[in-house]
Amino acid sequence: MATKKCCNGDGEREHYAALDEFIASCSKGRDALIPVLHRAQNIFGYLPVPVQQHVAAAMGLPVSEVYGVVSFYHYFTMQPRGRHTINVCLGTACYVRGAKKVVEALCDELKIRMGETTPDRRFSLMTQRCFGACGLAPVLMIDDDVHGRVTPRKIAAILARYE
Amino acid sequence: MAKPRTVVMVPVDADTVAIGARDVKNRFAEEIGRRGLASEISVLEVGSFGPVDAGVIAAVQPDGVVYGGLTPDRVDRIVEEHFVKGRACREWLLSGEHPLPDPRATDSRHTQYAGRIVLDNCGRINPENIDEYIANDGYFALGKALSDMTPAAVVEDVKKSGLRGRGGAGFPTGLKWGFCASETGPEKYVVCNADEGEPGTFKDRLIMEGDPHKVLEGMALCGYAIGASKGYIYIRGEYKLSIERLRQAIAAARAYGLLGNNILDSGFTFDIDIKIGAGAYVCGEETALIESMEGKRGLPRLKPPFPAQQGFRNKPTNVNNVETLANIPAIVQRGADWFRGVGAANMPGTKVYTILGHVRRPGLIEVPGGVTLRDIIDDYAGGMKHGNFKMAQLGGTAGDLLGEEMLDVPLNYDALEKVGHVLGSGAILIMNETIGVCDFLHACMRFFAHESCGNCNPCRNGLRWLSAITARLKAGTGYPGDIEIMEEIATVLKTAAFCPLGQSPAGPITSALRYFKPEIEKGIDHSSARPKPDHTARALATFAG
Repeated sequence: MATKKCCNGDGEREHYAALDEFIASCSKGRDALIPVLHRAQNIFGYLPVPVQQHVAAAMGLPVSEVYGVVSFYHYFTMQPRGRHTINVCLGTACYVRGAKKVVEALCDELKIRMGETTPDRRFSLMTQRCFGACGLAPVLMIDDDVHGRVTPRKIAAILARYE
Repeated sequence: MAKPRTVVMVPVDADTVAIGARDVKNRFAEEIGRRGLASEISVLEVGSFGPVDAGVIAAVQPDGVVYGGLTPDRVDRIVEEHFVKGRACREWLLSGEHPLPDPRATDSRHTQYAGRIVLDNCGRINPENIDEYIANDGYFALGKALSDMTPAAVVEDVKKSGLRGRGGAGFPTGLKWGFCASETGPEKYVVCNADEGEPGTFKDRLIMEGDPHKVLEGMALCGYAIGASKGYIYIRGEYKLSIERLRQAIAAARAYGLLGNNILDSGFTFDIDIKIGAGAYVCGEETALIESMEGKRGLPRLKPPFPAQQGFRNKPTNVNNVETLANIPAIVQRGADWFRGVGAANMPGTKVYTILGHVRRPGLIEVPGGVTLRDIIDDYAGGMKHGNFKMAQLGGTAGDLLGEEMLDVPLNYDALEKVGHVLGSGAILIMNETIGVCDFLHACMRFFAHESCGNCNPCRNGLRWLSAITARLKAGTGYPGDIEIMEEIATVLKTAAFCPLGQSPAGPITSALRYFKPEIEKGIDHSSARPKPDHTARALATFAG
C-alpha cells in the first residue's frame, strides 16, 4: 500500500534507480508492464506523470499506453495518498451488513468525502470491490490490515491506531 | 512418527489471520507445551473447513469439539479445562453441527468429510506442507496420467465426467480442453482464473489457502492433456495469503520434481508462474484476463477467435476457474464413472458455495450437485438466523434474485435454466425481510456502473441509468414508467452488451421484477405536480457518481 511518499532530490534518484533495477530484472516485452507499475507505485507511493513517462521510456512503450493501463485499474493511483489508505468494502455482503453506515461514519470522523485525503495527509478514504472477506462483514482495510465487523462506534478506536 | 492422541486444528485463512488466528495457534502450542502435553497433543495450522462468521476457531479431534470467538488470552482456560480436566470448555463452544475433518483418519471418505471432492483436504492438512498433500493421495493423479494415460485419454475422462466450469458460465470443461488439445503448435498455455471478484464469492480463495497443491496438480494435468508446458495463475492482488501459499507450494513442487523439466521422468515439462492483477472486476472475464496478463487494459476481446485458438500471446490458451481445476485430480485418479456417481445426473460432482447473509451458520460448503436452496439453508447453514426468508441472490452480484417459490428448485445448471435462472459463481446471499429490494438492487447496479470498463455503450450508459433509477425507487421518488424503462434497459444489456459484465446485470433486474414487482412499484411517486425527470447527461453523471 501507499505508505511511502514521493520526494525530491536524492531520494527520488534512488527511487528511479530501484525502479530501473526492477525493470531490468523483468522479462522483456510489455507483459511486464503491470508488475512494473505495481513496483513503481510501491516505491513512489503513487504514479505521477513523470514516473509514467519514465516507465514508458524504460520499456519502450508509448506514454499513452502506460497511462491507459494506469487509469484502467483501481489499484493504480495518480494522486498522492495519505500515509494510510482506508479501503472500505462495498460488496453486497458488507452492504447488507451496514457498510453504508460505516462509510458515513468515516466521512464524519475524517471530515472528508469518499476518494479524498485528509489535509494532514494522514488518511485517504477509498472504496473497493468485495475483498472476499465476507465472513467478517462489514470490512475495511487500512493499508494491509483487515478490520472486520466494523461498526460506526468502533471507528475512532480503529483510526487511533494509525498515525 | 507416532500419531498424537489428540489434535487441535486452527484454520488460518485470510479472514482469521486478520483477527489473530496465528497468535491463537501459537498460544495453544505454548500452553500445551507448558503443561508437558506436547507429545500427546499436536497443534496444526490448517485451511478453512467452513464456518466464516465465528471469529478465530479451533477444532479438537477426535473429540469433535469446536471453539469459536477465540483470542490468545482465552486459550489458557480452554487448555486447562479441555486437556487437563478433560471436559469441554462451554463458554466458547461453537453451537451447531459442523462437518469436521479428522487429520488422523487416513481416508477422508470415512469421516464426516465424506462427499467432499474439492475441499476434502481443506481444514484437514497443513497447506504449507507438500508431504501432507502427498500423504493424502496428492500428485497420485499426475503420476497416473503421466505413466498410464495418453493426453487424449485425460481429455476423454474429463469429457466423460460431465464436469462443467465452476466459475459461473458452466461450460463443459472437457469440451474446452478438447478445443485446445486439437490446436497444433508447440506453444500453449494453461491459465488458472483466480481473479475471484464476484462480490460475496470467496470459495476460490479458501481453496487456494486450504489446499494449494490441488490447484497446481489440476493445472499440470490440464497442461499434459492439452499439450502445454507453461501455466499461469492470474490472481487478485488482495489475496495476499493465497499468493503466499501458492508461491510456497510452487517452490515445494519444483523441489520435488513435480513441476519443472521432465516431471517424474516422463518427458513432460510443466511450470507455473503467478500473475498478480491490479483490481478490475471485468478481468474475471477470460479474454479480459488474457489482455491484462499481456500488460494491457483489461478490455474483453471479440470472440471468436476463442482463447482455445488465440489466447495469451495469441497462442492456444485454456482458462479454467480454480474450483474447476481442483476437481481434476480426483476425476483422473478415481475415474469419470466415479465422478458421475456423485451429485445429480445432469450435474455430476459437487459444487462449492459460500453462503452468507441472515443464516445461522454462514460459511464455505461443498454439496452434491442438484440439492435445493432449501436444503442448503436448513441442512448446511443451520436455518435462518433472524426473521424469515425473503430472497436469495444466487451467484454473486450478477446473480438472479430468487423469491420463496424457488426454494425447492434443484441447484443445477439445467433445472435452473428451465425456470429461467443461472447458477453463477457459487455465492449464495440469503436475505430476510429487513432488506428492501430497491435498496439492494441499487447497491448491485451502482457496483456494476462503477466496474463497467466503458468500452460498449449499452453497458456504460445502461448501468448508469439503472443505478440512477434504482436510487430514486429506493428513495420513493421513482417516476411512473421507471419500471418499463428498467425492463427495456435490461433487455438491451442482455442482447447488446459486449461481454458478460454488461449482460449479466440484467439478471438481478429481471428476476427482481419477476418476484418483487409490487414492492418495487411502491417506490414510484404518482403525484402529478412533480417536475419531469431530468434525463440529461449531467443529471446522470450526478446520479451515478
